[in-house]
Amino acid sequence: MTAVAEPRRRRLFRTQLRENVLGYLWISPWLIGFLVFTLGPMIASFAYSFTKYRIIKAATWIGVRNYVYALTQDDLFWSSLGRTFYYVLIAVPLGLLGSLLLAMLLNQRVRGEAIFRTLFYLPSLTPTAAAAIIWVWLLHYRIGPVNHLLSLVGIQGPPWLGAERWAIPSIILIALWTGMGGGRMIIFLAGLQGVPIEFYEAAEIDGAGWWHKFRSITLPMISPTVFFNLVLGIIGALQVFDIAYITTKGGPGRASWFFGLHIFSHAFEFFDMGYACALSWLMFIVLLVFTLIQMRMSDRWVFYAGSA
Amino acid sequence: MTEATSARASAHVVTGARTRRGRSYWLGIVWRIFVYLFTLVLGLMFMLPFFWSLSSAFKPVEDLYVFPPLWFPRHWQPQNFVQVFQLTPFAQWTWNSVKIAAFSVVGEVISAAAVAYGFSRYRFKGRNVLFVVLLSTMMIPIYVTIIPRFMLFRELKWLDTHLPLIVPSFLGGGAFNIFLLRQFFMTIPQDFDEAAYVDGASSWTIFWRIILPLSKPAISTVAIFSFLGSWQAFLAPLIYLNTKEKFTLPLGLTWFRQPLMDSSEPRDHLLMAASVMVTLPVIALFFAAQRYFISGIVMSGLKG
Repeated sequence: MTAVAEPRRRRLFRTQLRENVLGYLWISPWLIGFLVFTLGPMIASFAYSFTKYRIIKAATWIGVRNYVYALTQDDLFWSSLGRTFYYVLIAVPLGLLGSLLLAMLLNQRVRGEAIFRTLFYLPSLTPTAAAAIIWVWLLHYRIGPVNHLLSLVGIQGPPWLGAERWAIPSIILIALWTGMGGGRMIIFLAGLQGVPIEFYEAAEIDGAGWWHKFRSITLPMISPTVFFNLVLGIIGALQVFDIAYITTKGGPGRASWFFGLHIFSHAFEFFDMGYACALSWLMFIVLLVFTLIQMRMSDRWVFYAGSA
Repeated sequence: MTEATSARASAHVVTGARTRRGRSYWLGIVWRIFVYLFTLVLGLMFMLPFFWSLSSAFKPVEDLYVFPPLWFPRHWQPQNFVQVFQLTPFAQWTWNSVKIAAFSVVGEVISAAAVAYGFSRYRFKGRNVLFVVLLSTMMIPIYVTIIPRFMLFRELKWLDTHLPLIVPSFLGGGAFNIFLLRQFFMTIPQDFDEAAYVDGASSWTIFWRIILPLSKPAISTVAIFSFLGSWQAFLAPLIYLNTKEKFTLPLGLTWFRQPLMDSSEPRDHLLMAASVMVTLPVIALFFAAQRYFISGIVMSGLKG
């Protein structure tokens, strides 16, 4: 909406007062919800993070002790953070790459593209709980079909979710199955299809090979979408919880004890609310740092083709 | 076809002479076959878990513990599905999930539309700031807000009810939904509003009779995503609900997985049947509304 040359008639009924009153009236559901369910809780959790609060007794102020404890004495803090980083660093790029590759595959215009698109998309519709339970079975060391299929090609399948070294990769595998062909793939496909053919044709005339075309046309044109999904992907992956809780509960041992599980256990198993709030704010800080870094780096590789 | 090949093809027709196909032509065919096969294999791999769970849902329990694993049941046992209902409050869980999802969808659609209408149609003071605030709420980790929310609902005595899962939907309908609808509303020309206003329409009338009817695709998309989100939600129900009978389906499924104290009978075949039943509604919804899924995702992605 431009504000430059407004016809006079608009001024007659679009008074600023009317705009303000009606505007706030219409957004009031969100404003109320924001104050009650977002901002209020954020302030509360920040305040509680400086207290010792276990529900049964009233909260007592302890200053930064929760934070100090987390950073220095809670051995699970750093390890769970590290495990979460490990998960993020592998799951997010693989997920993005996978979605992109699937989209590129579908973009080859094979016969029955719609059917394949459906096949790839359906897993993303599976409720996480159901997917987790099914995969626990699939990845069973002895009687699961995955290891059986691997053995047919001569590979000895690992104990997957039951092995310390394989717990997180197994969870990543499940996350990829539900995530790769989902909405992200569809968005990439739309993005790929939105690249004007003329660009490729012009490149071909100049003698560009497929790699060159990919690097100089395809990638830049879809880079905004990639960036958007990268940011959201990292935000989501840092909070990983559902799959881990259902399949391994953080085990075996603490092999898949993610930061989200750590917070959850302190809040809803030990009811150590003060400490849990402090942990959640630490996660928030980590998340903000990640996002800021990405935004800084985005100038170097994200290409905005005018108004897309 | 490129000009070269079509010229050759027409030459073929005219002269009847046999022309030699270039090597790149055969390479292209091989490539296409390879791509097709590769996609097919990938598709089958993606479907493997569905196939396995569906087949296991019909197996008698011993068939699941056989080595090597059986791909098809030896005897078909559809009673598994019935047994799920007998051993668990599955019907109640389904009703809970449906009820919560229905309320959530209605709440999110109405409030997101209203808020998006406000953000897109009215230039109120602080609008841009508030919109940025709205968008940045998508970056807040859920743990930061859900712990105090738990304490709030505890004060309100709403714990172990479905209210914490429903009420927030009516108050702001989800930041992404608002964003999506606002972008869509902005493509509707303001002239419609003004024409209606001149005819004496109120703000509400414009919203209800002009904007909403023109936004059916966007609204359907929001409704679908809202339903999906509610149906498969796990953390919030896990935190707020204690009584088994109040569980939603994902929660009930997870509960069902824990072995009962008194019975040591393996129930994995029933677990598979239950998982299938939990997944089926969304898949059915997809096939029924496929158009809206795809177009909605594309719209949300490109506008984002």
